[in-house]
Amino acid sequence: MNFTLHVWRQKNVDSPGQMVIYPARDISPDSSFIEMIDVVNSGLAEKGEDPIAYEADCLEGICGCCSMTINGIPHGPGRGATTCQLHMRSFQDGEHIYIEPFRSAAFPLVKDLMVDRSSFDRIIQAGGFISVNTGGAQDANSIPIPKDDADLAFDAAQCIGCGACVAGCKNGAAMLFTAAKVAQLARLPQGQPERYRRVVHMVETMDNEGFGSCTNQYECEAVCPKEISVRYIAEMNRDYIKAKLCK
Amino acid sequence: MELDSKIPSGPIADKWTKHRFEMKLVNPANKRKYDVIVVGTGLAGGSAAATLAELGYNVHAFCFHGSPRRAHSIAAQGGINAAKNYPNDGDSIHRLFYDTVKGGDFRSREANVHRLAEVSVNIIDQCVAQGVPFAREYGGLLDNRSFGGAQVSRTFYARGQTGQQLLLGAYSALSRQIGLGKVRMHVFKEMLDLVVVDGHAKGIITRDLRTGKIESHAAHAVVLATGGYSTVFFLSTNAKGCNVTAGYRAHRRGAAFANPCYTQIHPTCIPQHGDHQAKLTLMSESLRNDGRVWVPKKPNDPRRARDIPEAERDYYLERKYPSFGNLAPRDIASRSAKEACDNGLGVGSSKRGVYLDFRDSISRLGKDAISARYGNLFDMYQRITDENPYEVPMRIYPAPHYTMGGLWVDYNLMSTIPGLFVIGEANFSDHGANRLGASALMQGLADGYFVLPYTIGDYLARIPSTPITAGSEHAAAASEVTKQTEKLLSIDGKRSVDSFHRELGMLMLDKCGMARNEQRLKEAIEQIPAIREEFWENVSVPGSGAELNQQLEKAGRVADYLEFAELMCRDALMRNESCGGHFREEYQTADGEALRDDENYCFAGAWEYTGKGNSPKLHREPLVFENVPLAIRSYK
Repeated sequence: MNFTLHVWRQKNVDSPGQMVIYPARDISPDSSFIEMIDVVNSGLAEKGEDPIAYEADCLEGICGCCSMTINGIPHGPGRGATTCQLHMRSFQDGEHIYIEPFRSAAFPLVKDLMVDRSSFDRIIQAGGFISVNTGGAQDANSIPIPKDDADLAFDAAQCIGCGACVAGCKNGAAMLFTAAKVAQLARLPQGQPERYRRVVHMVETMDNEGFGSCTNQYECEAVCPKEISVRYIAEMNRDYIKAKLCK
Repeated sequence: MELDSKIPSGPIADKWTKHRFEMKLVNPANKRKYDVIVVGTGLAGGSAAATLAELGYNVHAFCFHGSPRRAHSIAAQGGINAAKNYPNDGDSIHRLFYDTVKGGDFRSREANVHRLAEVSVNIIDQCVAQGVPFAREYGGLLDNRSFGGAQVSRTFYARGQTGQQLLLGAYSALSRQIGLGKVRMHVFKEMLDLVVVDGHAKGIITRDLRTGKIESHAAHAVVLATGGYSTVFFLSTNAKGCNVTAGYRAHRRGAAFANPCYTQIHPTCIPQHGDHQAKLTLMSESLRNDGRVWVPKKPNDPRRARDIPEAERDYYLERKYPSFGNLAPRDIASRSAKEACDNGLGVGSSKRGVYLDFRDSISRLGKDAISARYGNLFDMYQRITDENPYEVPMRIYPAPHYTMGGLWVDYNLMSTIPGLFVIGEANFSDHGANRLGASALMQGLADGYFVLPYTIGDYLARIPSTPITAGSEHAAAASEVTKQTEKLLSIDGKRSVDSFHRELGMLMLDKCGMARNEQRLKEAIEQIPAIREEFWENVSVPGSGAELNQQLEKAGRVADYLEFAELMCRDALMRNESCGGHFREEYQTADGEALRDDENYCFAGAWEYTGKGNSPKLHREPLVFENVPLAIRSYK
């Protein structure tokens, strides 16, 4: 298959960026999107030109590195998948494909298709944990957890921290990301002691990092490669209000 | 170089307890005077950095990703072993110890393995306390499943994403310490050299991947948790960024590298589909709990799987290993698949594949039950191959997956360089010549949460706590790193870095892969230097060193692989026996099983670097089996 790529090239956060056109030729329909870019990059490297910078690592949709907006959609067409799980058979032969980074004020650009998502780490550092030191934990089975709660906690815990939810949101909100962690821990008995303190700290950090607010468009859920439900945002809001009122 | 394993005396079950008492402690008020560098923030490094900070040390953690949550531990699917015996099926610490020693084909260190089995139970407690959402029964208690190489159900799991959930647990503990200011996290920084001062590890040199700045970092001790080297084969189940650079550069500074030829080829991966493929995808071994492996009895059978009647299928694992069946250990399952394909029985367009069939489990348990167990894996398979595994059998083939070899460490996890500790997949000690499924997560977390935090104290308590800063040794190492970077950028050749990596990988897979022999290993030892020479004359690394330059990053890693691969082949050639993942065609039984030579090769082979262009020197650590008698490893 052959494609025409329109790729966002930007040297660094201070330089201006622009779309640059590259042909991608003789691509197997079974290639993943990342493998297709690697073919283009090998060609560029052999000509001594600067290859397209991008992040991708595990290539099986779990590390959360890939951060490409393809034809206007974070991670491209196809639901419940990351860029590295997207295969070229999802595109038409001869198609023009537009590739940009995940754009958000809270994700400063590093280069080309790579952004700095350490704002997500700072949200977790503010409270996305249970304060338990190594050692001293009680026997694992001394805390029975109803299977339904464990399953719902797991559904939320699947977040890979890629940032598609932010890139897909017109407000650049990180509500789905933050809520997934808040809800995971709020569902579990282990998470109760810090439940309200946690939600306040995480939401405040989220606001301070420059993320926007939720206006219930649910674009985040639509583009989330792990299909995390927006219901967790409602759960986070409820806990946040409770925490603020009870203070 | 002397290899002193420092195994404590006394009965195996008491060694660790006794040793913990005998080790020196650092006074709580003094701990903050010690700086510790932890390189790598996967399961081992993340858990170690968090735990050391909780204890009070000043920790500097480094990763080359933009966040510690991206380490490749995250991709582990199946589960984590622990001798909890919750299912009441006869498990015990001793049985987990026994299974792991036997699974490793008697090439691991008994004392380390026993300690691993002992602390396995604490890991589960710790992770549950952190909020890791393990699978549960309706009664609210934890669920277990069985895994290859064991006849008890001791594997804890979180759907097919156990590694992700455990890593996020360690990451949350680490994040808490970063938030408290006890860990300084350095992201986008790649370690490019180890600094040794007066024989002790005292720091590292890193390159900031965003700005290209070469930086020196000083500390009282250095911990490497930098994973394995399966990407030496180019195509493997590992993430693209996995590499041997940190370990290999420490090796060049004096750390012995043990058993580099022990590599694990995982039996259940999606077969290769084309020449531009960047990696192979693993399908969790847990699938073998309910899937049956088979090939057609007739070579080159053109029929679709569904049209081949029962009598014309060879369920070869069930036939050859009736007591373990489809749950035979990885090395055995992989070799059997290769053998079937070598005999022309392979399936799929490349003929390098065997079936993993769920038809019988689906009719026995129903589609919903199978979907609840493996839903995400089935989806992943369908997404990649465009085939529905609920309808047609999966096609699988072995792929490089894990490396049991690594930097040599003593019982305290310290390398041959005092002050340099190595944990997780990066060290060599616990899995011998073959790792059992669900044991990598166990070892990474055992080292990071429960072993290193004790043993590093014993080292630190013996050295002064005076503040440490970068000195002339740091400056010299940094200037070497700068020189190599400049050299790579100046070659201006015609071939991409990937093309060299791919060429090396194909060579290694062919000559030092699932089956090896003397002649092919010797050919590899001749051919690798030629590729290396061409690399240094004809590689193209565009751009500059003063910016983000991913080709430059890769070039440095491939340059190290071009040296390391030769060491692997030398190790494989030296070991005139077959054991675990190391299968030498000359050494096999009449029915094709691995033939060990305990008389001559019951040792860990640790290689000393003797300078550029010189042959490495072999040191032997004898392995003594007092608790699990040396026996032929049979799964029949």
